[in-house]
Amino acid sequence: MNILNVVIDDKEIQVPEGTTIMQAADKIGSHVPRLCYHPILSTEGACRICIVEVEGMNNFTTSCNTKIQEGMKIKTNSTALMQARRDLVELLLDNHPRACLTCDRNGNCELQNLAYKLGVRDRLFAGVRKRIPIERDNIAIVRDAEKCILCYRCVRVCSEVQGIANLSQLYRGFNTVVAPAFEAKMDDSVCIMCGQCINVCPTGALEEKSHTEQVLAALNDPTKHVVVQTAPAIRVTIAEGWYDEVGINATGKTVEALRRLGFDAVFDTNFGADLTIIEESNEFLSRLEKGENLPILTSCSPGWINFMEHFYPEFIPNASTCKSPMQMTSTLIKTYYAQQKGLDPKDIYVVAIMPCIAKKYEASRPEHFSEEGYPYTDAVLTTRELIWMIKAMGIDFKNLPQNSEFDDPLGESTGAAVIFGTTGGVMEATLRTAYFKLTGKKPKELEYTEVRAVEGLKEASIEIDGKTINVAVANGLSNAKAILDKVKSGEKQYHIIELMACPGGCVAGGGQPLPNASEYVYPLDSDMIKKRQAALYQIDKEEQVRVSAENQSIKKLYKNFLKKPGSEIAHKLLHTHYSEKYPRGVK
Amino acid sequence: MRDVSHLNITIDKTIVDYIEECLQKEQPESYLIAVLHKVQEMYGYLSNDNMYQVAHLLGVPTSTVYGVATFYHFFRLKPKGKYSISVCLGTACFVKGADLVLQAFKNELGIDVGETTSDGLFSIDNTRCLGVCALAPVVTINGQVFANVTPNQVPEILNKIKAKSNKTE
Repeated sequence: MNILNVVIDDKEIQVPEGTTIMQAADKIGSHVPRLCYHPILSTEGACRICIVEVEGMNNFTTSCNTKIQEGMKIKTNSTALMQARRDLVELLLDNHPRACLTCDRNGNCELQNLAYKLGVRDRLFAGVRKRIPIERDNIAIVRDAEKCILCYRCVRVCSEVQGIANLSQLYRGFNTVVAPAFEAKMDDSVCIMCGQCINVCPTGALEEKSHTEQVLAALNDPTKHVVVQTAPAIRVTIAEGWYDEVGINATGKTVEALRRLGFDAVFDTNFGADLTIIEESNEFLSRLEKGENLPILTSCSPGWINFMEHFYPEFIPNASTCKSPMQMTSTLIKTYYAQQKGLDPKDIYVVAIMPCIAKKYEASRPEHFSEEGYPYTDAVLTTRELIWMIKAMGIDFKNLPQNSEFDDPLGESTGAAVIFGTTGGVMEATLRTAYFKLTGKKPKELEYTEVRAVEGLKEASIEIDGKTINVAVANGLSNAKAILDKVKSGEKQYHIIELMACPGGCVAGGGQPLPNASEYVYPLDSDMIKKRQAALYQIDKEEQVRVSAENQSIKKLYKNFLKKPGSEIAHKLLHTHYSEKYPRGVK
Repeated sequence: MRDVSHLNITIDKTIVDYIEECLQKEQPESYLIAVLHKVQEMYGYLSNDNMYQVAHLLGVPTSTVYGVATFYHFFRLKPKGKYSISVCLGTACFVKGADLVLQAFKNELGIDVGETTSDGLFSIDNTRCLGVCALAPVVTINGQVFANVTPNQVPEILNKIKAKSNKTE
């Protein structure tokens, strides 16, 4: 590879051929302002903010998509550049609602931050502003196209990372708008509600539909017994609402904060995760014995389930019928727990704190309503919404005690449950319990590091009791697509495939905290995701019990209530079904 | 052959065959515009249903198909009216007030360029220079040429066509 000499801001450096000006400038600590650029997505070059001066060129050039040439002399900052960038941002602002104070992204908006940094203090341009009604119909996503600055990060993440391509740029020039095909509502599109478009949006054009108001109302209602459960992945991300450090385990503080918010009982979705493993490994072993509907596909990620229903309904018979850990926990709260407490399930209000947007949709699926017509999960809050609620209620998170514990009987969990929050975790947890069930012994080596799919796609062959189990793990739906196509064509055969909609698993879910817009970190930054994952693996490592089959509360639950895995009552309460959805996605 | 067993194919067989041909070539998705041209030629416009079918048959996301269809002025998303009005907006016509003529048609019919009146009688299209600049501003309606049109003449032109249309019915 050729090494090129280049001078940036009077500093001489050598970079390999193919390096862009922006990458080279980053290396020497010259941060070129940018807006549409995102490190994990293709380069768009739409916003023009990252312009720089190259000696000998007549015009400013965009640094994100201009490659270094031998001997280039580049300036990344000058008053002329600052003025040009300021003009560009002012033009964006001219076509942007003046709603910063009431916007969900107030204080953490890349556009707002850029306007401040570049010194835009007046709005000098005053032209026609685009007017597009806010779309609030969808249960998970609010689309406010007036706040859209046409950076196309959402379009790119939807197609490049998720392989869905639900969003596209429609029309042209001033009338350009980002929307699904036929300008359909999100509800009538192939949107799977993973929320990755929200994660990468630099402004508030895409946001989650907030459920905080109804949760606050329930907490204020004396007739309601309000119960909360927290997902595995939120305990290692929630602290980002207060700390710069990523990967802090804040389980105890979260439990304490929830109690102070007024929840009557604080349960752990991890309990449901352990239970999912028991039911799912039982289902897997029985399919293995009969040799039917293999590979079994995991069903915990509602984004993946939506994807399957819109894009790959032919795989519905392969999907595990197990409800997700959230739905298992909610169902047990309104049955088992209600019975124990002598409560009418209609008086119980269940809130789930999830790293996920699609969970809001999952909770609303008719399959997850009781025969009497009430939902098992009443409201779903994202990690971001919970952070807001804790702040809104004046709870000083940093100074909360660290050792508060979940309530019984749905609070106990094993190390196998917590790793549900990262890619490969469900697989690893399943293998631990499958080993236990097949051999009657605890596996000697508990960590199946070969299924930890940091790179998006991984396969492995695991020996258990003389049997070879072929497994695959995929995160990010374009990886799911790749693997399902291979299974369909017969090129690959697996026994179990774990699928997670979001890149890296739930730790990078669509409802997770966004990095501070004033730092040079991007949502979905791979280091950030790795730190969150490492924190989950650390919790697992520190747990005494690391195999779901050894969760004592679950043993009690089967003894007193569910009888045995796969029993009639377990099937009625803990299993579900899926159906083909329209419009169908192009795969 | 792509798996389109889920698709209810109603689009003309010649188009399905053409897409099949494109799929044999390198980068079949690059034939999207060519396919859309054929669909518009056959049906006069691109219906949502036809675009959905093209997307699945050619293997291009539906949103991309719609993005392309809305980007190019040539593509119509609604059927043309019985009488298709083209107001030339070429340079010569424009400087002689074609924009005002176009506005008069829009006001009179209550529709925008590319749209069709609810009774299906009229639609308005944008046209570039027709090469008869001496007649500017020029309007063609189903091929019939109207020369030196002024905004005031627009109601009369439309009334005559309406009367003619009533007679033939």
